[in-house]
Amino acid sequence: MTVSLTLDNVTAHYGSTQVLQDLSLAIAAGELVSLLGASGCGKTTTLRLVAGFLEPTSGSIRLGDRDLTRMPAHQRDIGLVFQNYALFPHLSVRDNVAFGLKQRGLGSVERKAKADTMLERVGLSAFAERMPAALSGGQKQRVALARALVIEPPLLMFDEPLSNLDAKLRVDMRVEIRRLQRANGTTSLYVTHDQEEAFSISDRVAIMNAGRIMQLDRPEVLYQRPANSFVARFVGFENLIDMTVTERNGASVKATTPAGASVFLSQDVFGAIPDRFVLAARPDGLAVTRSEDGIPVTLGIRTYLGRAYQYQCMAQSGTYLGNGPLTEPLEPGTAASLVPVPEQCCILPSDA
Amino acid sequence: MRTTLHPALLMIASLIFAILIAPLFIILGASVSDTSYLTFPPQGFTLQWYSNIFEITAFRTTAITSLQIAFFGTFLALLIGIPAAYALNRFRVRLPSFLSNVFVLPILVPEIVLGFSLMKSITIGLDLPVYTTLLMGHTLLVLPYAVRVVGASLASFDFSVEEAAISLGCPPLKAFLTVVLPNISAGVIAAFILAFITSVNDVSISLFLTGPGVSTLPIQILAHMEQFFDPTIASVSVLLMLLTVGVMAIVEATLGLTFLTK
Ligand SMILES: Nc1ncnc2c1ncn2[C@@H]1O[C@H](COP(=O)(O)OP(=O)(O)OP(=O)(O)O)[C@@H](O)[C@H]1O
Ligand SMILES: [Mg+2]
Repeated sequence: MTVSLTLDNVTAHYGSTQVLQDLSLAIAAGELVSLLGASGCGKTTTLRLVAGFLEPTSGSIRLGDRDLTRMPAHQRDIGLVFQNYALFPHLSVRDNVAFGLKQRGLGSVERKAKADTMLERVGLSAFAERMPAALSGGQKQRVALARALVIEPPLLMFDEPLSNLDAKLRVDMRVEIRRLQRANGTTSLYVTHDQEEAFSISDRVAIMNAGRIMQLDRPEVLYQRPANSFVARFVGFENLIDMTVTERNGASVKATTPAGASVFLSQDVFGAIPDRFVLAARPDGLAVTRSEDGIPVTLGIRTYLGRAYQYQCMAQSGTYLGNGPLTEPLEPGTAASLVPVPEQCCILPSDA
Repeated sequence: MRTTLHPALLMIASLIFAILIAPLFIILGASVSDTSYLTFPPQGFTLQWYSNIFEITAFRTTAITSLQIAFFGTFLALLIGIPAAYALNRFRVRLPSFLSNVFVLPILVPEIVLGFSLMKSITIGLDLPVYTTLLMGHTLLVLPYAVRVVGASLASFDFSVEEAAISLGCPPLKAFLTVVLPNISAGVIAAFILAFITSVNDVSISLFLTGPGVSTLPIQILAHMEQFFDPTIASVSVLLMLLTVGVMAIVEATLGLTFLTK
């Protein structure tokens, strides 16, 4: 049985400080959605609201046809994997895994059988009798995962479950989590501040900032078509240039930086371009050339990237990062131009 | 390389140790003295003062009262102290910070003052039976130990473990009893022992709260000394000391003494 999770205009406070603001989020049945954002943006708070450890000030939370908003935490039936694992220190690995089954009134034989099956699935059969203190981080992580999975909850939630593991194990474990989640088709909410992790594991990712969701979309869309400056900067569009349209000529648009430099953009590529917008480009979206058109810049430090040279480019309107071809290394101090590479750029609504 | 201790340090350390230990030896010596008055060094050797304790009914009844009061007082203090310590730690960010100090106040107030005010307010004010008053006084006396020691244990407890239990379907009270309590049991035991010993050895509070027919052992010792001044006092003291040492030995063997100072 897979169900959907819906958060509707949820606002949350700690004391008098607001930490979540009108947050709405809908996760389809069987889908894995990640919350991605900097430290303190409210990811854990969102999980705690859904888990029932915090009550929303306003708004509602629904899981399938159940209204969770004011339901006591222990009745919600949600599998939770904590950042620090939160294993029961006084119980063996097997008893840790069987804990939820015991609460559900299963007999000891059945509990043991189910716990052992789950331990086998996470590759910990040999450790059933061990105490948590005698496990490595990765093993604890798998016990935490097994403990949440074994109750076959309609919703799984993960709070940065891999942040304490080394890089190699992190990759292995996230593949494993994804495999188990897919196999059971469990609706999942996953929290991380690691972009690669979020993008690789999720069906959709919600990028959060200061208690709001800035954009919720498939990783591909977030990566290529961010909806606003915040998301753009988050996914590596390091150049954000304020532009004003000064001339329209059919599909061709002439846009000017605050310092007066102009570039030409085609509405055939970008769609309708508003009068004021932000041009967002990754370094490879701004070509460094010796030609006369484009934004005039003075080149700064050059770094070798293997596939191209990257230059720090000082323009009157700001400092940008652009890439130039390997065939023609340019020296610092050289005058050059920055020309947008249409396929690598985005048009974003103006912040002002 | 061997570190050599400065001779002055050695001397001072030995001196302090001697000052701490010597009275205990003096009492031990006095308790076997074959004289009808307290004296040191002992003259002769006899165990009659030890058997004398058991012949004086007052010693037996007050000893029983002392143990009862210590046991139930400590039990009550834990019953109040554990939830208090839990709340103070669990909701630390939400509670005003002075609250945790409130529970230490009884330690800071001179015990004499505490005893006197309890007598004024409970014994006289409420007119409760002596035994009840005594129990309440001792509960109050040892409550700070319960809150502090259990609190220290809870301070290092990861409350997300409790939340994990709740998320797995365990109701909050059951989660506290089956998940939190087993993980702070060492702290609870330590609190019990500290509180118990404090209660058994207390004079100041009992002095005000004992009354007709109900007294504690230390008060009985005082009363006896005023009348007789014989080595019975010393022998009772030795037994009290042995009780304390015995309890400490159990702590040392099971948890390690450093545990109490944590
Ligand atoms: N118990 C609390 N009392 C008051 N404020 C809190 C409390 N817990 C968190 N906050 C505040 O709420 C905000 C959101 O916290 P939250 O734990 O949700 O962040 P997060 O996105 O999970 O961050 P991280 O990646 O560091 O875990 C932060 O600004 C934090 O300071
Ligand atoms: Mg967090």
